[in-house]
Amino acid sequence: MTQTLSSQKPQLAPKNQSLKAFALVGAAVVAWLVLYNIIQPFANWLSYDLLAEPKDSHLGESLAFFFYDVPKIILLLGGMIFMITLLRSFFSAEQTRAWLGGKREGVGNILAAALGIITPFCSCSAVPLFIGFVESGIPLGVTFSFLISAPVVNEVALVMLFGLFGWKVAGLYLLSGVTIAIIAGVVIGRLKLERFVEDFVWQIKVGKDGFMAAKPTWAQRFEIAWASTREIVSKVWLYVIVGIAIGAVIHGYVPESALVGIMGKQAWWSVPAAVLVGIPLYSNAAGVIPIVHALMEKGAALGTVLAFMMSVVGLSLPEMIILRRVLKPQLIAIFIGTVAIAIIITGYLFNLVL
Amino acid sequence: MDIKVLGAGCPSCKRMVSDVEKLVAQLNLDAHVEYVTDMEKIMSYGVMSTPVLVIDEQIVMIGYLGAKKLEAALQQSLDKKSKLDT
Repeated sequence: MTQTLSSQKPQLAPKNQSLKAFALVGAAVVAWLVLYNIIQPFANWLSYDLLAEPKDSHLGESLAFFFYDVPKIILLLGGMIFMITLLRSFFSAEQTRAWLGGKREGVGNILAAALGIITPFCSCSAVPLFIGFVESGIPLGVTFSFLISAPVVNEVALVMLFGLFGWKVAGLYLLSGVTIAIIAGVVIGRLKLERFVEDFVWQIKVGKDGFMAAKPTWAQRFEIAWASTREIVSKVWLYVIVGIAIGAVIHGYVPESALVGIMGKQAWWSVPAAVLVGIPLYSNAAGVIPIVHALMEKGAALGTVLAFMMSVVGLSLPEMIILRRVLKPQLIAIFIGTVAIAIIITGYLFNLVL
Repeated sequence: MDIKVLGAGCPSCKRMVSDVEKLVAQLNLDAHVEYVTDMEKIMSYGVMSTPVLVIDEQIVMIGYLGAKKLEAALQQSLDKKSKLDT
């Protein structure tokens, strides 16, 4: 999504500019580490000393939870999204299309699902990207692997899972997201659904790609990454705070194992129900994850929780509406159905294994 | 100057359009700004992500990068043009 023109600031030699940028980023990393390490003592001090709540009270527990989680998650989001967008500045939709061109089914699906994670993508570009892929001869199933993996593996969700649940759960989420994208893409490819793509797509002649962005310098990459980080964090911080506040109340007040009956492993229907509820919900992975984290402490099962989350971020109504311009309703339905089923199976699998 | 913003109606596309319109008014440019949402026309430029800033049929910027970058891009196109004219 982000490509810049080169050489807009001639006042500094590129080498100096890069040095300055690296120094700036280095300083930011140090400041980040210092901040990250003083959050816990600070939160405890704020809740138990300054506000003088007793350590075992409901309110004290909720407050300490809130004051620790909010700065921690915001810091993690800032730091990790910066790194992710920096990594993404090395990739582009055009490059991805070139890599996927001529790949067979299978290999193509795996590659597409992997590239879906790191290629800069926003759902508003889904249509031109879809047309661009299909027009250049990339099979429909491979295109879908990309279109599923790009939103399912969501960077905000990934960072928040890492911050609240640890790297194992975040890793599981990443791995299952990619697997779902590969399998759903292969299934859609096998069903031979080309007739459900709107006819005009096949007639479009894509113009020759006349714009090759000059390779950005490191300073420019940092600048791009910083701009996207600011944009993403400014979009989600409020949800994070509200979500953590609700989570903190649950953490402090809801009795242990209150949810085993509704969201536990034994409640077989909870996985499909979680996925169904998640489809119309959109974009608030940032607000949903802290709540879900608190629910898990009270007995909700991890598989159910992950299924819910993937359904929230991966199947979104706005994206379907955008894709409706190129896909007939039947194909949209099959798309949602396939991905939903794949997510449900993943949810059961986790509940079974963990 | 002929300015086009290609986009499918996403928030960042709309932001680019309104930013460009503001800049044109601010810099008092003699320019026509058009918001192109027709997918076939967009694809004819060979791009795969939106929004796209097109000045005099040249792709200048892909993706919304903020008003400052837009201004720089406009300025650059102006400079190029005045060089051609003289």
